[in-house]
Amino acid sequence: MLERGAGGLLLWLHLRLIYIFLYVPIAVLMVLSFNKAGLPTAWTGFSVEWYGKLLDSGPILGAALNTLIVATVSTVLATGIGTLLALGVERRRRTSWLDALLFAPMIIPDIVLAIALLFFFTLLEFTLGLHSIILSHVVFNIAFVCAVVRTRLRHFDYAVVEASIDLGASEITTFFRVTLPIIFPGVLAGALLAFTLSIDEFIIAFFTAGAGPSSTTLPMQIYAMIRFGVTPEINAMATIIMLVSFTLVFLAQRANREAVTG
Amino acid sequence: MQSRLKTLLLLGPGLGWLAVFMVVPCGIIFVHAFFERGIYGGIDYSFTFENFQRAVDPIYLTILLNSARIAGLATLIAVLLAYPAAYAITRAPRHRQVGYLILVMLPFWSNYLVRTYAWIVMLNREGLINRGLRGLGVIDEPLPLLYNEFAIVTGLVYNYLPFVVLAIYASLSRLNLEVLEASEDLGAPAWRTFLRITLPLTLPGVAAGAVFVFVLSVGNFITPDLLGGGRLQMVGNLIYDQFLSARDWPFGATLSFFLIAVMMALLFTQAVLVNRAQGESRSQVEGRTAKKAGLADA
Repeated sequence: MLERGAGGLLLWLHLRLIYIFLYVPIAVLMVLSFNKAGLPTAWTGFSVEWYGKLLDSGPILGAALNTLIVATVSTVLATGIGTLLALGVERRRRTSWLDALLFAPMIIPDIVLAIALLFFFTLLEFTLGLHSIILSHVVFNIAFVCAVVRTRLRHFDYAVVEASIDLGASEITTFFRVTLPIIFPGVLAGALLAFTLSIDEFIIAFFTAGAGPSSTTLPMQIYAMIRFGVTPEINAMATIIMLVSFTLVFLAQRANREAVTG
Repeated sequence: MQSRLKTLLLLGPGLGWLAVFMVVPCGIIFVHAFFERGIYGGIDYSFTFENFQRAVDPIYLTILLNSARIAGLATLIAVLLAYPAAYAITRAPRHRQVGYLILVMLPFWSNYLVRTYAWIVMLNREGLINRGLRGLGVIDEPLPLLYNEFAIVTGLVYNYLPFVVLAIYASLSRLNLEVLEASEDLGAPAWRTFLRITLPLTLPGVAAGAVFVFVLSVGNFITPDLLGGGRLQMVGNLIYDQFLSARDWPFGATLSFFLIAVMMALLFTQAVLVNRAQGESRSQVEGRTAKKAGLADA
């Protein structure tokens, strides 16, 4: 912040190297998805045939549909519940134990939550399937939606709510006509991030899906393919998934400027 | 009373969901850590410490220590790379900082499997790095970059670095510039100002980032599985095996219990660090200039 010259130049260079480190692997993957030959790394000419192959693959399309169902339902549930939670938490003066509880789903190792849920569902003799993945995804999605909406509520002026009530509007009317429109960018950003997390989530889905291809999600399909090795087909699918995530995160950022960087 | 009821209605669904689908399942893990596997693969409901004794058996202890070492290494490297990067961002013009941060965070929000797979493409025998080095004539034979500890640590650092940059940036941007100027005016050299003022005041950010990387690395299952090629086991893989192949759920529960304990201990330490740092910075710096010093909430 204070020193200039050589030190500043080194810092500048370091930041550029970090960007190269972060983006080169992604770029290589994307470029190779257009590679003509089946060779994973040597360039042999431009082709989009691998994208065509993806569209012809029944299991991949089925998995993509499952992923969309899981992500949509869990996002809708988590957005409603998480928004209410954020409103409730921000009404309280002391939030430290609530903060800890809400931070836990974000930091708990996926494998631990995954086996805990598998254990729980098994003891209850609950049939596993897409619905158990949805119930599980809502857990971490609630935490993320709540966190994003809370950053929005920090700048919320509660005087407008009081004004609305004083003018005779009911609590419900006030919520839908005053509070919700003001916090809506935060709610939308939270929903988009929850959707992104849900379409990408692998371990929890893997453990709570149960047996059979009827509840296989796209990340589960990708995992099975990656274990066989590097193929241009995976590169193509990875490229599509990356672009979908980037678009969703970009939209979330546009909706609410603090969403992505917390 | 009415206000209380409203708070309860707002908090109820969310806290209820977390209670049923997170707290209770983790409680089940906790309880089963003290049971044993039945003869036919089920669960024998009699209280025992045997699983804990087994977990510190040399075979498993090695895996636990390996996990801690790999996670520790990834944490150290991530912090060392992230700190100067976050520092560089805070020096950029204010209006460009958010853009730089988004550029750092963007990969973090994309698919974890895909990001890990990208390193298989980079590090394999015919990958970009080996081909590049061979093209330059540095090496004749491809280097064994994949399926070892190096690959695992690289993958972990790659996946979690963005969050560490963000956490450290959040601390750095709240720094009071006047304190730094005062230090400079009083004749302290730049390195001394950094070591005595900047670093201690931004320690909460470093701690938050470090705890995040360590907890997620030590319990990681995908990275050792894909980049370690199954040759190097970490706790995550061991837990996975207990549930899906060995069918010893109580032992898997015990191992998870260890992970939850490590996570809670680190979160607690971090909270203590943050509290202390907040106390110090309050006594050193008055809130008057805090807003001026940085993007308060970025």
